[in-house]
Amino acid sequence: MSRALTDRAIEHVVLERGEVANSWRRERWDSLRLLTPNWQSRLPGYPYKGADPDGFMTMPEVVAHIAGFAAASAAPVRTHTPVASVQRIDGGYRVATEGGAIRCRSVVLASGAANVPHVPQLSQAVPGRIECVTPFDYGNPQRLPPGGVLVVGASATGVQLAEEIRRSGRPVTLSVGEHVRLPRNYRGRDVLWWMEASGVWSQRYDEIDDIERARRLPSPQLVGTPAHATLDLNVLQAAGVELVGRLSAIRDGRALFSGGLANQFALADLKMERLLETFDAWERDRAPGSALAAPERFEPSRAPAAPRLSLDLRSGEIGSIVWATGFRPEYHWLELPVFDRRGGLRHEGGAVVGAPGLYAIGLPLLRRRKSTFILGAEDDARDIVEDLAGYLGGRAAS
Amino acid sequence: MAQPAVNTRVNNGVNVQALLDAREALKDAPAAAEFTWRATCKWQKGTHARSTVRGFHGLGAEQSHKTEFSFETDHPEVFASEDLGATPVELVLVGLASCLTAGVAAVAQNRGIQLRSVEAKLEGRMNIFGILGIDSDVRNGYDNIKVTFHIDADASKKEIEALVAQSQKRSAVYDIITNPTNVTVEVV
Repeated sequence: MSRALTDRAIEHVVLERGEVANSWRRERWDSLRLLTPNWQSRLPGYPYKGADPDGFMTMPEVVAHIAGFAAASAAPVRTHTPVASVQRIDGGYRVATEGGAIRCRSVVLASGAANVPHVPQLSQAVPGRIECVTPFDYGNPQRLPPGGVLVVGASATGVQLAEEIRRSGRPVTLSVGEHVRLPRNYRGRDVLWWMEASGVWSQRYDEIDDIERARRLPSPQLVGTPAHATLDLNVLQAAGVELVGRLSAIRDGRALFSGGLANQFALADLKMERLLETFDAWERDRAPGSALAAPERFEPSRAPAAPRLSLDLRSGEIGSIVWATGFRPEYHWLELPVFDRRGGLRHEGGAVVGAPGLYAIGLPLLRRRKSTFILGAEDDARDIVEDLAGYLGGRAAS
Repeated sequence: MAQPAVNTRVNNGVNVQALLDAREALKDAPAAAEFTWRATCKWQKGTHARSTVRGFHGLGAEQSHKTEFSFETDHPEVFASEDLGATPVELVLVGLASCLTAGVAAVAQNRGIQLRSVEAKLEGRMNIFGILGIDSDVRNGYDNIKVTFHIDADASKKEIEALVAQSQKRSAVYDIITNPTNVTVEVV
């Protein structure tokens, strides 16, 4: 965003609560790597230049990459400057920080979509002897208390943690609700190459049927490993992870799971196949007689014959629960009436509704399917700066 | 990629436009979306009972079916009953089947798929050791329900599978059966 503002010669400052790439430094588990290949971690005018374009960055590598970009673009970052509040004032906004207040005509919320782990209400009924862990607390399997582990949620986070905890020798039960299945590689290319090249990732927010639903989709079941391995529910089952349905209640110390697991599998398999068909059609149009490997179809998700419908949380079988149930942005400091009844920021392609000059970036499907990926920032930032410049210009003229 | 709101080339007899309009309208009037469904049941004799439905609450007001609907329930002769109606557990299958089937029609209409026939066969497996109190480890209810759809439509097998998957995803009865629900029973 700062780079796009600089390109338009719009004076600005970047407020960072900690250090550059703070959340990548502090709010990620030990083994995490990006799930996008290195060549896709490009930022405006700042491509990946390392030796392994097809590899996946570790967190220290991500931090170095982002800090390198901040330095290269001479972004005017004020580090260790948490924002205490943003209020509307005549002609713009007042942003309060410990180091004093800033008056500005426009504010861009670039604090991201994953400030706090979301843990469902029903977790309050978990018996006290079980340790509840969020992805922010989780470091590695050794830090979990003894005993079996119930992982709730089968997004990228859930499947990655379930796999790693299982590999450490623990019994793992994974509660699976709606999920997005993807193979790591398709027809010899990384699946995210297809997402980008075929244009799926560039699909715009105003071209999507049910945008609210699309914005709530869980992250795809992908992991970035040196082996480029697929991490779907068949892989997890082969590794000995027990799959159960969506956690629907905790009653009398028992976790109760939905009996609808088979349909969750069917929905995810069908959706994956439609996506692969989209890729194949694109490749057929682009390159008749394509040099790529032939279209592939993957084994359906194997539904367990009789998944357990309940689990006694008092029996000692389970020692901890990992809540991989998503993340939410945190806006307690945003003192403006800009939220919907679910607490979500109301915005139209990043322009916050009812707050002229206030913008957001880096939220799910903000303007495009790739909005929350590193490479997605460039197009979104350019569009938003375009709008923002118009706002500043319009106000100057009036 | 946006689809037209309603496909008018096909007709499955479902007014999807009305449903989509209602969905939009209710987004701004969440209170109107709160529905209460009701049934009453009167014991007849033995295991025979008669249940009726007529009124319900929704869209912020009392509503009513055009006529009262009535349902006889009983147990079959193998349970030494008079078999004057379906067993209640069969009515549960009827509820699931009809909910999923209505869902298939609505989703098909919305996706522009012409249906020619839709038939569902349901089987619910139950070990009556549970209800007879012979083995406390056996649950009272179904331990498995299998639904088999035969659908003839202007669509590929994949599209039909997607219809059925989506119908489950949006089905109230499927949700009621697959997920726990708090039930309060009082005597007044």
